[in-house]
Amino acid sequence: MTQTVVKLIDTTLCIGCKACEVACQEWSDQEFTLGTFGGTYQTMPDLAPNFWNLIKFNEREVDGGISWLMSKYQCMHCADPGCLRACPAPGAIVQAKNGIVDFVSDNCIGCGYCITGCPFDVPRLSPESKKVYKCTLCSDRVAVGLEPACIKSCPTNCLTFGERTEMLRVADQRANVLKEDGHAQAGVYNPAGVGGTNVLYVLKDASDPTAYGLPKDPTIPLSVILWKGPIKWLGTFLFAGGILGAFFHYLKFGPKHEEAPDDEPL
Amino acid sequence: MASLAATFGRGAMTNGWTDVANADVILVMGGNPAENHPVGFRFVMEARLKRKAKLVCVDPRFTRTAAVADYYVPIRSGSDIAFLGGLIHRAVSTGKYQANYVREHTNAGFLIQEGFGFEGGHFTGWNAEKKAYDKSTWQYEMGPDGFAKVDPTLEHPRCVFQLMRQHYARYTPEKVSEICGCTVVEFERAADMILVAHAENKSGTVLYALGWTQHSHAVQLIHAAAMVQLLMGNIGMPGGGVNAQRGHANIQGSTDMGAWNMLPGYLKIPRANWTSLDEYLKANTPKALRPNSMNYWGNTPKFMTSLLKAYYGADATPENQYGYQWLPKIAEAANHSWAYFFDGMTEGKVEGLISWGMNPVANGPNTKKMLMGLSKLKWMIVAEVFETETAGFWKAKELAEKYYPQAGDAASIETEVFLLPASCFAEKDGAFVNSSRWLQWKETNIEPPGDAKRDQEIMSRLFLKVRELYEQEGGRSPEPLTKMKWDYATPHSPSLTEVTREISGRDLTTGKQLNGFGELKDDGSTVSGCWIYSGSYTEAGNQMARKGQEDPTGLGLYPNYSWSWPANRRILYNRASLSTAGKPWDETRAPLRWDGQRWKGDIPDYKSDAKPEQYGSFTMLPEGVARLFAPELVEGPFPEHYEPAESPVENSLHPLVSFNPAAWVIQGLGDQLGTAKDYPYVGISYRLTEHFHYWTKNVSASSQLQSNFFVELPEALAKEKGIVSGDLVRVTSARGKVEGPALVTKRLRPLQISGRTVYHVGLPIHWGFIGRINGPLINNLTASVYDPNSGTPEYKGFLVNLEKL
Repeated sequence: MTQTVVKLIDTTLCIGCKACEVACQEWSDQEFTLGTFGGTYQTMPDLAPNFWNLIKFNEREVDGGISWLMSKYQCMHCADPGCLRACPAPGAIVQAKNGIVDFVSDNCIGCGYCITGCPFDVPRLSPESKKVYKCTLCSDRVAVGLEPACIKSCPTNCLTFGERTEMLRVADQRANVLKEDGHAQAGVYNPAGVGGTNVLYVLKDASDPTAYGLPKDPTIPLSVILWKGPIKWLGTFLFAGGILGAFFHYLKFGPKHEEAPDDEPL
Repeated sequence: MASLAATFGRGAMTNGWTDVANADVILVMGGNPAENHPVGFRFVMEARLKRKAKLVCVDPRFTRTAAVADYYVPIRSGSDIAFLGGLIHRAVSTGKYQANYVREHTNAGFLIQEGFGFEGGHFTGWNAEKKAYDKSTWQYEMGPDGFAKVDPTLEHPRCVFQLMRQHYARYTPEKVSEICGCTVVEFERAADMILVAHAENKSGTVLYALGWTQHSHAVQLIHAAAMVQLLMGNIGMPGGGVNAQRGHANIQGSTDMGAWNMLPGYLKIPRANWTSLDEYLKANTPKALRPNSMNYWGNTPKFMTSLLKAYYGADATPENQYGYQWLPKIAEAANHSWAYFFDGMTEGKVEGLISWGMNPVANGPNTKKMLMGLSKLKWMIVAEVFETETAGFWKAKELAEKYYPQAGDAASIETEVFLLPASCFAEKDGAFVNSSRWLQWKETNIEPPGDAKRDQEIMSRLFLKVRELYEQEGGRSPEPLTKMKWDYATPHSPSLTEVTREISGRDLTTGKQLNGFGELKDDGSTVSGCWIYSGSYTEAGNQMARKGQEDPTGLGLYPNYSWSWPANRRILYNRASLSTAGKPWDETRAPLRWDGQRWKGDIPDYKSDAKPEQYGSFTMLPEGVARLFAPELVEGPFPEHYEPAESPVENSLHPLVSFNPAAWVIQGLGDQLGTAKDYPYVGISYRLTEHFHYWTKNVSASSQLQSNFFVELPEALAKEKGIVSGDLVRVTSARGKVEGPALVTKRLRPLQISGRTVYHVGLPIHWGFIGRINGPLINNLTASVYDPNSGTPEYKGFLVNLEKL
């Protein structure tokens, strides 16, 4: 049986070294550019079509002292992916049985609906190729039994990778240790609004995930839910350039998540 | 490293990276390992996860390390000794020290001669004319038996323990707060977390780096930390130690293999007044100060003779003192630290320079002096992988603007520069010596590109050519070159395996590799190029290339992984992890046990079959115990708080002797010091995790991660000056200026010092005028002020002014 894979990010162990940024770019063959200066240690302004893994820095005052939060920002690989729900192009977004949500560029039509569908604001449209890109959770590495490149590069074990049940257990255990240590609000970020995510965070203060750049209660936009639900036929019907094709495709193949290619066991 | 050698006997990290995972409390002060040693920092995280260790971070800046610490305390740059002195005071006055350890393993009970004292900022014996101490009152009181007198009760008023108690009585929490700028509550809370380690079953470690070494009182500062660790009973213990984190992959190796004042293996360089080998050995072979002292430096003749045999081979004979006369000797009081090179150049006393593995234009204080010095040379050879600011010094705008205005380019500079393409780490084999003293062998991954050559080939070709010239043309005193043994299979490019075998050493009578320095002899029958590395390459092969991951003690010592000097010992001074009687202080964490016949566990820092009571536990010191009182250090046997050369405030302990009286303050070209009136803010320079010194500005990935130089400013100061993040600012010191965008942050807390607000201005260092990304050289701002023991410049805590552009 295929296991669901999970990336666990323990933000209490992150030192913001950006090794994961470099590893991500190197593995996915993306060219390095020059960073910008935005008044913090964050040097890449945002995710980009060729930049899928961003470390954000947030300094703030807490209890008379300061905290400097560093956290990794990338595709969350939702159990119920808004991008997949929104995508009208057959086979452009697939959800593998191991939980990885992957974009297949050859099938992408560049409509950008997935961007609207994503509650985490992750996918980025390339103006050059007119395709949308994001973290693949290194599906190619995972397929051959390797961990994603970011996990491999992490020097402090802030990033770990494994089977979902086990990772949930580890995450809960870490949160409990933090609670024992006086961080009453410690917890695991695994938002229910998207059916849970296969990227989990351990947060010292889970009551305010926005401090880490994470939405508090992410949900898929209503328009996208409708689009894939009661009025899906309308969207499909109106979709320019492929009305019949898409219709027959839908009849023939059914919902997209069942089209996912067979993945390899972890 | 000078401090650790004077306190414990060896100049190296006492424990090792993997051992940090054994700690219960981790004090990070004078370092920022999350930023600068992120891979080693995993062991800090491991200690937290496995042992619920507490991480305390003390730093002027709220650093990446502070961001993940359990407790953070801000202090003013240059006030560390006050903080550590406060810890000593608190430990001694509240009884939070490991009493048995202190009595058995330190010189706490040793009596000091009558007449020793400290007054008004000076220890006894200060000579204002010579700017140096006469140390005659800093000595032990000797008994009629020729050994130092000891009071095991530690009650004698002149014993080290009582003198220490008295010296630090001034360092009250209120005084610490007044000097450091943290609150009394912050100091006390941090102190109580750190002093937990005084319990026999608790270990605390101290991690530091350039935040401690780059002060004019750095060596004293590290001695203060060592004293705290001795009081806590943390030296020799797993999870303990004073752990210097080295900033380059092989900086420990370069220290081990010598410097201007050291031959390999920390043997002193000959001075002109030691006119024979006998005189040299007499001056450098200590006598035991206690009857039970192993006094391992008593073996100096074996180490030195074996080194001379490595240098001069068959030409080194007993008749010619093994070639001792061919070694270069420096005048008795001469100082040839690189600190003085550039003054020599600007004064026209230096003709040529070989700059190799260093970039002084970027690294050295007062950049203009560096540039100007190089412009006065006749020739300079630079062997590097990239063109550095040193190789391309003549391109510097500062030089053109200030000193060669008519030229604006290289035309009027006569220095002939040879840039030799060298090879990088992946293009050569050999060993790196890491902070943990592990010699790790690596293989060549790729061949050097184009005309690039490996270091040993560049070095050998230079040597062989110069020797050839001496042989053909003669010259004054040619023997140091003509007698140098150079019998390598390929003389122009010796294999590093061959050189390493020679460094490890062999027995000349059997031709066999030695098993370790215990087999070295002083009769010329053994050879070893660096005695502390002896045993790294034995008849069984290259010990440094081992990859065994066995962990028989369960303490993460990994004895079969690489090879650790000395003797593959993983925790230095591990004999001190047990009482004199041989009982481990902590049964759950004993690196060593005595089974009645032999020592088991780690390689003992002790004779392997000697009974527990036989010797003192610090085998490298003539006392046989560690030194709380260390008369070797030039500015006093106890660390005392002195202000930096440029300080925003007077020294509140002794305003008349505010600054370290023995520090080197060089007054060369453009070396003036500023005052707080003109330069009211405290500048500190530092590294960022995204870069490695001045190298990675040539690398695409690192250049993306931090492309732009910036100036970090406290919010309150920025507000005062009307500056917001991104505004261009100029930072000036009495030496020069730099410009860049401001990064306004909460992470630099304004500190209240002696009734006034002190601001820090943060200056990351990684830019320059050559490379993919450019920016100012921070050492335009820094002063030619150095620690007098180590010759390290004061880059933490210099005065600057700030203006919005």
